Amino acid sequence: MKIAVCLKRVPDMDVRFKIAPSGKAVDETGLKFDISDFDGYAVEAALQIKEKLNAGEVVVISLGGDVVQETLRKAMSMGADRAIQLKHDGAPVDSFAVATALAAELKDGGYDLVMFGRMSIDTAHGAVGAIAAELLGLPCVTAISKLEFDGRTAKMRRELEGAYELVECTLPAVVTIDEGIARPRYPSLKGIMAAKKKQLDSKPAQLPAERLSLDAMALPPERSAGKIIGEGPDAVPELVRLLKEEAKVL
Amino acid sequence: MSNILAFAESRGGELRRAGLEAVTAARVIADARGGQVHAIIFGAENMSRHAAALGAHGADRVIVVDHSGFKHNNPEAVSATIASKMRGDYVGFVCAASATGKDIAPRVAAKLGVPLAADATAFTVSATGITATHPGYTGKVLQTVTLTATPAVLSVRPGAFLPKENAKAGAVESLAPATDPTASRVKVTETATGNTAKLDLGEAPVIISGGRGLKEAANFKLVEDLAAAFGNAAVGATRAVTDDGWRPHSDQIGQTGRLVSPDLYVACGISGAIQHLAGMRTSKTIVAINKDKDAPIFKLADYGIVGDVLAILPVLTEAVKKAKA
Repeated sequence: MKIAVCLKRVPDMDVRFKIAPSGKAVDETGLKFDISDFDGYAVEAALQIKEKLNAGEVVVISLGGDVVQETLRKAMSMGADRAIQLKHDGAPVDSFAVATALAAELKDGGYDLVMFGRMSIDTAHGAVGAIAAELLGLPCVTAISKLEFDGRTAKMRRELEGAYELVECTLPAVVTIDEGIARPRYPSLKGIMAAKKKQLDSKPAQLPAERLSLDAMALPPERSAGKIIGEGPDAVPELVRLLKEEAKVL
Repeated sequence: MSNILAFAESRGGELRRAGLEAVTAARVIADARGGQVHAIIFGAENMSRHAAALGAHGADRVIVVDHSGFKHNNPEAVSATIASKMRGDYVGFVCAASATGKDIAPRVAAKLGVPLAADATAFTVSATGITATHPGYTGKVLQTVTLTATPAVLSVRPGAFLPKENAKAGAVESLAPATDPTASRVKVTETATGNTAKLDLGEAPVIISGGRGLKEAANFKLVEDLAAAFGNAAVGATRAVTDDGWRPHSDQIGQTGRLVSPDLYVACGISGAIQHLAGMRTSKTIVAINKDKDAPIFKLADYGIVGDVLAILPVLTEAVKKAKA
């Protein structure tokens, strides 16, 4: 099975972000970057499929500046076979534009399965995978937490709010990956060494004009400092009073 | 015309609150542009029975697409039908950014050849476009985006636009699916709703959530009891708890789980890891019960009680029962 995984380079989220002077980006000083969470699950899921079948190829693709080469190498150190960089100065916020560029690359790739994370953890629009699928004319199942194959039929599970769906479609197909499918492995030293020699092609991204503009980025207003109203069960009557009279939720 | 199409999301034939939220948000755009709101609803049969509720919440027209192929969600036929209808007279499409809406919106946008503004918590309408606020970076950064393409495709975060009564005609129009639903390549074979009596995280105005502080899976009974006392509450959990199998993965609230904005969020035995806070920080009122007074959750909580969650929950449950009586 030939599998493509599209991934995005994003900052580590366990920090207090600052906004860059432009007002349209986060200040990247001191930030660490890695594969976006759900994209990492997708890479792992793809590798497990290849290992189970003991055949096929996993190609990782990322759109962005040369910094994404490091992210692609990381995926190759996990076990992906080769990588493609769609070169562009940063990743636009317009998911239609990004999906168009990715679809142009994927179109003639002969992939049986194209995988995305269900959303990037930074801009978090969660739209690129499904748009790319439409542009490619392929069936698409989003936000799957389980994936099995019965021949050329993919059998999947999607989590809904308080429920789940079982979904099927035949390959070739596009899927976007939710958590729960597979925890990404850590690259082995051997994997890291091997990744240095793997093929990484770089070509310009074919992006259409953007029609979704990013006007501003800002930090959300701080919640007013909460109050600890008491200790132990004795504080319950006061809590109930506040929920009733102040918050009006009871 | 400046009409807006709203996705009246349903599951198992029942209209979901997410559908009313989409109609409510669509009303804002239609009123700014001087157009109508048309709500589109898909189901196996007799979905026109929801027209009254949709009309009461601001739908001038309710477009009903009944077909046996819509017993389960059918994203290909649903999005094809919406896109085909949109090509007529509409300047915008609005759905909730629920699990189903997040799946439908990009398909509709792609079929119409336009981008979308996803998961908006607020938006404004101007002559040139729609400007939306969307929390990214696990809720730590607010992005403001402007959509200049027409039609505008917008999804709104569940809970951000509470269903508002705003009586309109709700005139019913039947529509045939644009593609044969039974011929869709993507087939949903089963929708498992678990306990149907239970409110789910996407719908409930109150969420009672439990973490490791509950010590063992059996103690989630105390969380469920409190939820039952509220009557309008769903039960959530932290990733630590779902990873340990105490609760199903679908209950997880956090960066990689569900993003929720209920009116009231009660965090029981939850310390407040960044991963969890990302999923619930936009809740309107937050209550925290935790034994560690320095736990990060108390920095976010409007009201905190320090102490043993196992001792406090039964007392709180009784007090809520009394208040509700």
